[in-house]
Amino acid sequence: MSLSVEGYGGLILIGLMAIVTLITRFGGVLVMSFIPISPRVESFINAMSGSVLIAILVPIAVEGDTGARLALVATAVVMLVVKRPMPAIAAGIATAAGWRFLFG
Amino acid sequence: MSQYVAPSLSVRGTWEGFWRLLPLCFFVTAFGLAYGLAAVQTGLSQVETVAMSMLVFAGTAQFAALDLWGMQVPILPLLVTTFAINARHLLMGASLYPWLRQLPVYRRYGVLLVMSDANWAMTLNELHSGRNNLGLLLGGGIALWFTWLCGTVLGMYFGSAIARPEVFGLDMVLGCFMLSMALGGRKNARMLTAWVIAGLSALAAYWWLPPNTHVVVGAICGGLVGVFWLERPR
Repeated sequence: MSLSVEGYGGLILIGLMAIVTLITRFGGVLVMSFIPISPRVESFINAMSGSVLIAILVPIAVEGDTGARLALVATAVVMLVVKRPMPAIAAGIATAAGWRFLFG
Repeated sequence: MSQYVAPSLSVRGTWEGFWRLLPLCFFVTAFGLAYGLAAVQTGLSQVETVAMSMLVFAGTAQFAALDLWGMQVPILPLLVTTFAINARHLLMGASLYPWLRQLPVYRRYGVLLVMSDANWAMTLNELHSGRNNLGLLLGGGIALWFTWLCGTVLGMYFGSAIARPEVFGLDMVLGCFMLSMALGGRKNARMLTAWVIAGLSALAAYWWLPPNTHVVVGAICGGLVGVFWLERPR
């Protein structure tokens, strides 16, 4: 089933996307409010929260170009040394841009 | 449950959160710019382009929507893609639940309106280290939302200046941010095991499962490590 973007069609589609996205923003908390929190559930939540970050990162690192990988290396090094996120992110972005400018 | 400090949500804390996230918003603006340009090139009207940034407020899903956009847009694929990409919000929200449950319902869902990757990750690190400012989520989210919108509007008019964000390394903003948050958080053997499992399963899902499922698969597999490996009671 398709919707034409003529008239209000486009805005209706955007409204539907907004509703779906809102369901994802609210849904996790809503579902949790029906689950009694045991130590096991709590442990799941804790292990899962860091895993979200890693799961987003891995394909970027594996499928990315050399610039992308070096950016992550630079971010990691600066983060472990300086321990502040902004310089680490800036270093990563500058590395990607620099590598691609020179060798891309 | 006493180890979860009661979260505080105040105007002052929200203001603080706004300023904490604002430096990152420079990059967010640049990304919004790229979206604004892409949307106009795809044929969205100006009202539609702005409405999407305002109401959906989820960059990756918005770019994916542009891929499906045409004179006729297939509704189900659009909504399934949106859901799959944004399903990580479900897990992000769940991870904040131990703190959010201590708030009245309208505030609990109010702050979730602006939950996004960056302000969520920063808030979670903050809460785990015992500070209790939920204003970081709200204020940071407002900063992200506002600059995402500004970027979108700028992109509609001046987007061609930054037609290829990857030349400036801007495609790496999210990745570098996530990495810095992961490295800044708590580290122990249990967490590192969860990370390895999450990474491997996310990669497997990325290669062999339908598109956009890898984040949820990886996160749930990492979480299962926690189910079977409990932390010793503090």
